[in-house]
Parts: sequence; structure tokens; C-alpha cells
Amino acid sequence: MSATTWDATRFSKRLRASYSPRLLLSELLLKQWFEPVIPFTIMLGLFGYFAVSIHDYATFPNIQSLMRLYAEFGFVALGMAFSLISGGIDLSVGALFAVCNFATLFFLLVLGWPIAGVIAATVAVGAVLGGINGVLIGYLKARPFLTTLVTLIILRASVNLLNERYATVFATNTSDSTVWDFLGEGFVLGIPVNAAALFVTLLIGHVFLSRSRYGWHLTAIGASRKAARHAGIPVERMLFATYVLSGVLCAIGGIFYAARQSSTDSTTGVGWEFQALTAVVLGGVSLAGGKGTVWRAMIGGIIVFLLTNGLVRLGIAGYFTSAVIGIILLAAVCADVKWSKNRGKAVQKIYVNPARLPLSPAPSLRRESGTPFAQNDRLLAAEAIGLDQVEGPEDVLIDRQDRVYGSTRDGNIIRFSGPDLTRREVFAHIGGRPLGMQWDREENLIVAVAGMGVYGIRPDGQVFKVTDETNRTWYKLNDDSRLRMADDLDIGPDGRIWFSDCTTRYEMTTNSLDIIEGRPNGRLVVYDPATRKTTTVINHFHFPNGICVAHDGMSVLIGSTSLCQVFRYWIEGPNKGRLDLLIEHLPGFVDNINRASDGTYWLALVGIRTPAFDLAMRKPDFRLRMVKQVPIDEWLAPGLNHGCVLKFDETGRILESFWDPTGVNHSTLTSMREHRGYLYLGGLENNRIGRIRLPDADPDWTGYDAYWGNKRRDRH
Amino acid sequence: MQATGRTASVDDAAQRRSSALGATAQDDAEPPRRRIGRARSYKPSQEQIVLLITLALLAAFSVALPGFASIANLLNLLRSISVLGILGLGMGLIVISRGIDLSEVAIMAAGWSVALIEMQRGMPIPLAVLLALGIAAAIGMANGLIIAFIEAPPLFVTLASGFVIYGVAFWLAPAWVIYAPNDAHGLLLLGRGHLLGVPLPIFVFAGAAIAMHLFLTFTSIGRFIYAQGDNPEAARLAGISVRPLTVLAYTIVAALAWLAGLVWIGATGSMQMQVTQGTMVFDVILVVVLGGVSLAGGRGSVLSVVVGCALIGTLLNAFTIMDVNTEIQNIIRGVVLLAAILLDNWLHPRDEETARQGD
Repeated sequence: MSATTWDATRFSKRLRASYSPRLLLSELLLKQWFEPVIPFTIMLGLFGYFAVSIHDYATFPNIQSLMRLYAEFGFVALGMAFSLISGGIDLSVGALFAVCNFATLFFLLVLGWPIAGVIAATVAVGAVLGGINGVLIGYLKARPFLTTLVTLIILRASVNLLNERYATVFATNTSDSTVWDFLGEGFVLGIPVNAAALFVTLLIGHVFLSRSRYGWHLTAIGASRKAARHAGIPVERMLFATYVLSGVLCAIGGIFYAARQSSTDSTTGVGWEFQALTAVVLGGVSLAGGKGTVWRAMIGGIIVFLLTNGLVRLGIAGYFTSAVIGIILLAAVCADVKWSKNRGKAVQKIYVNPARLPLSPAPSLRRESGTPFAQNDRLLAAEAIGLDQVEGPEDVLIDRQDRVYGSTRDGNIIRFSGPDLTRREVFAHIGGRPLGMQWDREENLIVAVAGMGVYGIRPDGQVFKVTDETNRTWYKLNDDSRLRMADDLDIGPDGRIWFSDCTTRYEMTTNSLDIIEGRPNGRLVVYDPATRKTTTVINHFHFPNGICVAHDGMSVLIGSTSLCQVFRYWIEGPNKGRLDLLIEHLPGFVDNINRASDGTYWLALVGIRTPAFDLAMRKPDFRLRMVKQVPIDEWLAPGLNHGCVLKFDETGRILESFWDPTGVNHSTLTSMREHRGYLYLGGLENNRIGRIRLPDADPDWTGYDAYWGNKRRDRH
Repeated sequence: MQATGRTASVDDAAQRRSSALGATAQDDAEPPRRRIGRARSYKPSQEQIVLLITLALLAAFSVALPGFASIANLLNLLRSISVLGILGLGMGLIVISRGIDLSEVAIMAAGWSVALIEMQRGMPIPLAVLLALGIAAAIGMANGLIIAFIEAPPLFVTLASGFVIYGVAFWLAPAWVIYAPNDAHGLLLLGRGHLLGVPLPIFVFAGAAIAMHLFLTFTSIGRFIYAQGDNPEAARLAGISVRPLTVLAYTIVAALAWLAGLVWIGATGSMQMQVTQGTMVFDVILVVVLGGVSLAGGRGSVLSVVVGCALIGTLLNAFTIMDVNTEIQNIIRGVVLLAAILLDNWLHPRDEETARQGD
């Protein structure tokens, strides 16, 4: 097998392990921008369809004329969108538009006012008529749907009466103002003037809705009127203003329409309210209120406009268009209701995507097997430190004054001191879930904190942040710039902090799901204090857990929990940047790795592999069913009721093992530290820190000295 | 000691339960109408107000309009409102259950247009009548299913289905006016016939109203509809199958639309698709809301619909005699409906703490 094919196989394997359609979908559904993508795609598809089926459709002049035709409807749809976002609805927009169109022509042609006056007066008409809706809905608390339906009927009937009376006046009079012609037929930078005005309005509307206090109030009222009222938002006034705004937008639309058409008849704006409603709901402005943007309203508006316009140009009968609009509205309403109700559930249902993960064969643990893994009772005699005074010391660390530190579940670093290590104190409270710890050169305690990042504690107990984010992976949907679960860390001779971020898809409380998923979601990250930059070194790593800089400072050892393997990543020397598999076959799930006094390494196994669990890792569907159908306390888990510490050398050979086969005192061992002839034990769920004597170990060796003092084994 | 204490508390609980059951039984035994009447006595009853206004208008028009107070005109008035009344009975039912059906008129027009076209093409008349009923019921059921199971707001669902119904019906029966066969006397009888000198539509309306009243007042399903309208969540928690009930309500509305269409065809000899485009459905809502069937749901009765109908019928009749422009009629009706909605709002204000969005 040549190197290239091997690489190709490895690549495709990695591809399959990293991406599955479901995985992609589950992360897509979480994205804010995903919802408008669907209507946006429909919009493009619709344009493409008409471009193919209608001659000269996708030409610049036609697009210009489409924009000119659309803009007025766009204003009306925007008014509808604002009223929907406020939790109401304004069905009178179409009739308001017609009234304003009439008003413009009346002021201009009958009263002969100047253009500025006409515009001001028309906007005032729109504001007053919208204000009537506003008073009824905001202050008198009438139901928006029926109220605006009635104002629709009244306004429609009024404008029909007025039209009958003035139609001939309008037809015989014309305005010779150039400004007026510009409003009707002009272009700004090649864009029809009304479309340009719409675009500017959209920009203002967007800033108003998403960046201004009033926009937020409006959204808050739409999301929950009751909560908004309790929060002290003037609900009545805001609702009143919303309908005034809707009326003003219709007035602007009416002015442009009047300038373009210079006529009015009984069909002006008829049915626009329902088209606008269909449009904004289709775009994703929620009927329930409180959700939507001006852009989404426009996407929906363009879809409806393209559809009605295109169907007319294709010669389709009006009743057919009516049925199509009705079906779209029905579908959009149903989709809106179902989507807003079930989005979270849908994501939850498909978020966990187990992959097939065949583990390498596990070595035998039998006492008579003669292997270094053979079970023994060497940890049973461990003495307890701080019995019932610590909550799950995931990592333990000892300083040069022989004081013992444990990182506990309650977000504390607990310190035991005194001759018998009986004096307990809270060295520092960080919060989060402190995990791996290490001394830096200045004897600051650097801690990996799940849920927070990497923090440091000065010798006086003061906490400072080291880093909490890294570079974002540009092709990943999940934002992985934040450190979700910094697990273990170690510090190189140059002061760089190497740490594992074991999952980018789950949190501290759900990290067991990452193991069950069995995908390379973790990463190795490095923080360089010289540049204060944090960089992801290895992306896509199967649950990296233990991190240990090798004695010579040339490489970093990485324990992969879900693969049950240990890797070596070269950080210096000729192999810099290469990742090697160091230990292939291990009987359990790897946790922390730490240095030993004789130039070897300690390795903690948090759980012991079982044939059933190994089989489950090869059966992703089984694990998926388990996660979905079985309560969490019944899930298949590795053997967690053992304690095991291994010792291995630079070549990855296992030298010996220390066992607590009962699981009573030291199960789920996650960490061990050698210090002056003793081995200290920490466990994720334990109520103590353990300690056993190592008769053959260097009685002067301390962790700090092995890194920064006279026990270093690197070039210094 | 402990054991005794526990027994005692169990006994207490049992007693409480039995007394609660007793209370329920007593409530059931009590005529529901009285309960409604008692609740009303705190505020002026909307039905009474509307009835008084109607009587005042009748008196005023009798004096002011020549020819208004004749028996023939009054019968004519009653006949002309019977279609509106039958549609109003359906709308009243659905509004009581806290829904609304904006597609009711479209259902009436669509079902009958297709059936009349089929009659013209030679389908036996009874079969075509059943076809109209089947179409109407199917549409109503579809409305109900979408509203009950997808939980989409009824306003929007029925608004949209109105468009779809119109579009599809016009595609199947492409004409604005479709005439009934002249020889179909059985079909036209309900709309045209007389009994003891009184036009049959009045009897049809009266019969439908009485049936609806009995249904709403004396059947458990009818009471459940009130319960659902009053508080759907409480009704559901009390064990009422709210979803099937919703489907049933929308199907009944559609069936009443079919009945109204039957009377309509008898009276005019044709079915006009134009009604789906007009404001007729708002007249129906007007009739219902005016009479005191609150849009908040769970309130009102058949009497409300009848009273509302009388007022609107009187107005319409007077407009016809006075030859008022349709647009002005629309404006007046709109203002009256707005006033009715505001009155309803004043009498039954929404509880800001429990009000739902979008209604």
C-alpha cells in the first residue's frame, strides 16, 4: 500500500468521522442565520425559474422595472412586519395605502399644493389613520386582527367613494413638476428612486429594530406583552407608535405609487394586506410576535411579488394565483407555528450523532496474566487525605512546601497543609469546574477550568485569567472560539501552556455524551505568554484529556479518553508538528498523564474497558438508541468502580500498574502526582485524596523541580 | 398513633373528594342557562341592549320609512336575514369555542358552485346536494384538523383556506354566477316555499337556531364547547378531548354553511362566487359579535345570534328601502362592528395576565 492511498483512506475516514448529514443539520439548526436561508433560497429559485421560463426576464432593464414595481409593496409589507413584530397585525395596510395614494393625488392635482407640502400632508394622513388603529389597539386594547379588518373595510369603502368622485379630475389634470417626475420615473445610481428609498428605509428600520431602545421595546412587547409591561415598558404608547409607523410607511408607498401611476381606481392596493401578511410570515416574521427582521420581511415580500408578477406574465388566471397565495400562507403559518414550537426539540433530537469507533484490542487484566496490567491490590493501602473534605479532586498537585492542592467540583482549589496534611483551607475560588493544574516558573498555579478556560492563581491566592478563547475554525458551524471544557494542561520549558479542550460540542455536564458520540470533537490548544496568543494546534482530536510535556521538553503527550490511546505531539526538534501514536493498546479510558521521578510517566485510567462497551463503540446506532430511549442513569458505561494507575516509559512501554479493584476508596482515578517518594491520587468522584509510598522513588523529587528546578531532564 | 393520623387524613381527603363530586353533580343539575343569566346580572346584558336598539330602530323606521312597517316587509326582512342567521349560528358556535372561521362564506359558495355545475352536467340532484355537503364537511374538517393538531391560529388558517377554497372552486366551476336547474323544485323549495303564508327560510332558520340551542345547552358536547372557549387549557386538563372537539366544531360550521347555501339557492336560484370576494363574512362576524358572543370565547348563546341578526336585518332592510350606496353601507356597518368590538372589549376585557398573543 503506497503512502498516498493510505493518506486517502485516512482522509475519507476522518471526513466520515467528522461530518455526517445529521451532524451538519443539527448544527445548522442552531444557527441564527439558518432560518432566513430557506426563504432566501426560495427567492433565488423563483427568480431562476422565471428567468428560464420568461423571455428577457433576467435582463438589467427588466430587473429595474421589477424593482420599481416592487418598491411600493415593499413599504406596505414593512408596515405589516412592524405590526406583526409588536405582537399585533395591521390588516388595514392595503386600504391605508390606497387612501394615501388618493390623498397625494388630491393634494397635488385638486388643491395644487407644492410637492413638499403634498408629501408632508400625505404622511400626516397616513400617521393619523394609523394612529386611529393605534388608539383602538394600544389604548382601548381592542383585538388587532378584527379592529384593523374593520378599519380596512371602512377605509376601502371611503376611498372607493372618493375615487368615484375625483377619478375624472385626476385623469384630466397633470403636474408638470420635475421633482414629481423624478419621484415617479427617476433613478438613483441606476436604481429606481422608489426602490432606493425603500432600501434606505430598510437600513434605518434595521438599525431602529435591532439597535435602538424603541426597537427592543417593540420586540419585547411582541414576545411577551405581559413581561414587557412588568419590565416597565410603556406598552400602550409603543403599540400606538407602531401603528402610526405602519401608517407612515403605507403613506410613503402611496406617494411613490401616485407619482408613478398618477391615477387611482378601485383596485389600488386591493388584497395587498393579505399578500403582505403572506410575505412577512413567509420571510420568517413570527405570527406570535417578537421575532423578525426587516430583511426577512423583504425576502418574503420579494417572493410573493415575484410569484404574483411572474404568474401574471405567464398568463395564469387570477383565481389560481389566489389559491397559490392561500396555500403558501397556510404552509407558512403552519411552518411558523411548528417551527417555533419544536426547533429546540428537533435540535435536541438530532444533536448527538454517534460514530463507529472500533477500539484497538484491550490487553488482559487478569491477575495471573503476567502482563504489567495484571490487577493487584497496591492502592488498597492508600492513606486518605482530607477524607470527606473534598468534592471530587480531579487533579492533585503538591507545592515545594509539601502542601497538597485539589481542584474540586465546587469551583475551589482546596489546600491541605500541616504535618499530617489535616489543615484544610480554600486556597482560591475560581468557579467553573477546575480540572488539570500545574505550576509555572513563578509558582503561579495554572488551572484548566471547564466552562471557563485557563486561569491562574498567584501564590497569595489571587485569581487571574490566562485565556478563555482560541482562534475560530472558519469551516465549523459551531462557534468554537470559546474554550468549552479545558481539561488538563502542562507547561513547556519556554513557558507555553499546552492544554486540552476536550469537546467543542458539549459542556461539562454533558461531556459523557461526547464519549458516547465518539467523534473527534476535542483539540489541543497552546497559550503563549510571550505573545499572549492562544492557538489551536490540533483540531479534531478524540476527547483529548491528559497533557504532559515530555521530560526533554521536545514533545507533548496527549491522552485520548475515547480512543483509549496515548499520542505524542512534537513541539520542538526535527519532528516538530508530527503526531505519533505512543501507546496503542490500553485496558481503560485515559485520563491525566504526569511525570515520574525516574524519567518515566504516570497515567491514570478513569474507567476500565468492558467487552460490552467496546462492542457499543462499534455500533453507533445502538448508542443513538440508548441515548434517546434510555434514562441517563441506565446508560451503558465503562467499568468505573476500579482505580488504576499505570507507569510507562518514553517508548510507550507499560512498566507497572497500581490497582484498587474494589472501587471503594479510589475509583474513577483521574490524576496522580509523585512528590518526595509518595504518589498522590485524585479522582473525579472521590471524597478524598489518596497517598501511597513509593519505596524506590527519589525521595527529593518534586514536580516543581522537575519543571523549573534541579530535577529537570531537558537540555538545561 | 401515626397510623390513626394517616387514616384520618385519608378520610378527610375522601370526604373532600366526595363533597367536590357532590358539588359538581349539583351544578350539572342546575340549568346552565340560569348560570349564564346570573353572571350577566352584574353588567348590562349586551343582548338586552341590542334588543332595545333594534326595537328603537324598528319603531323609528316604521315612522320614518313608508312601507317599512307592513307585514310583507317584515316577513321579507326575516327571510332576507335567515341566510345570514344560519351562517351566524355556525360562526357563533365557533366563536364560543374561541375560534373563528373566515372561510365560512367561501365554503358555502364553493361547495354549492361545484354541486350546481355537476347538476348542469347531469348529476342527479340528490347526489349533487350530498356532494355539496361532502365538500363542505371535508373543508371544515380540514380547517379543524389544521387548527387542532398543528395548533395554528384559526384566524390565519381560515383566512388562507378561504383563498385556497375560492381558487380551487373557481378552477372546478369557472363562473361568477352558476344557476340551479329550474325544474329542481325540491332543491329550491327551502328557499322559495311558504308554509301558512310564512316563507320557509324563516322556519329553516328557526329550526336551526332551536337545534343549535338544544345542542349547546343540553348536550355534554355543547357544554364542552363552552368549557373549551372559556379556558382551553383547563378544559384539556379536565379531560375533555379538545382536539376532536375543535374538528367537530369546524365541521358543524361547514355543515351550516351548506344549509345556508341551500336556502340561498332557493331564494336566488343561483350561487354567486362573488360573495367570497366581498364583505359578507364580516357581516356574519358582525351579527355574532353584536349579539354578545364574545370573541374571548365561552360567552354568548343562540339568542345573541338571533338578536344580532335582527338588528343587522333591520338596518339592511332600511338601507334597501332608503337606497343607500353600498360603500356607505359598508362604512356604516364597519363603524357599527367597530363599536360592537369595543363594547365587547369593555364588557369582557382581556385579562392582560393571561391573554394570548395574536387574537
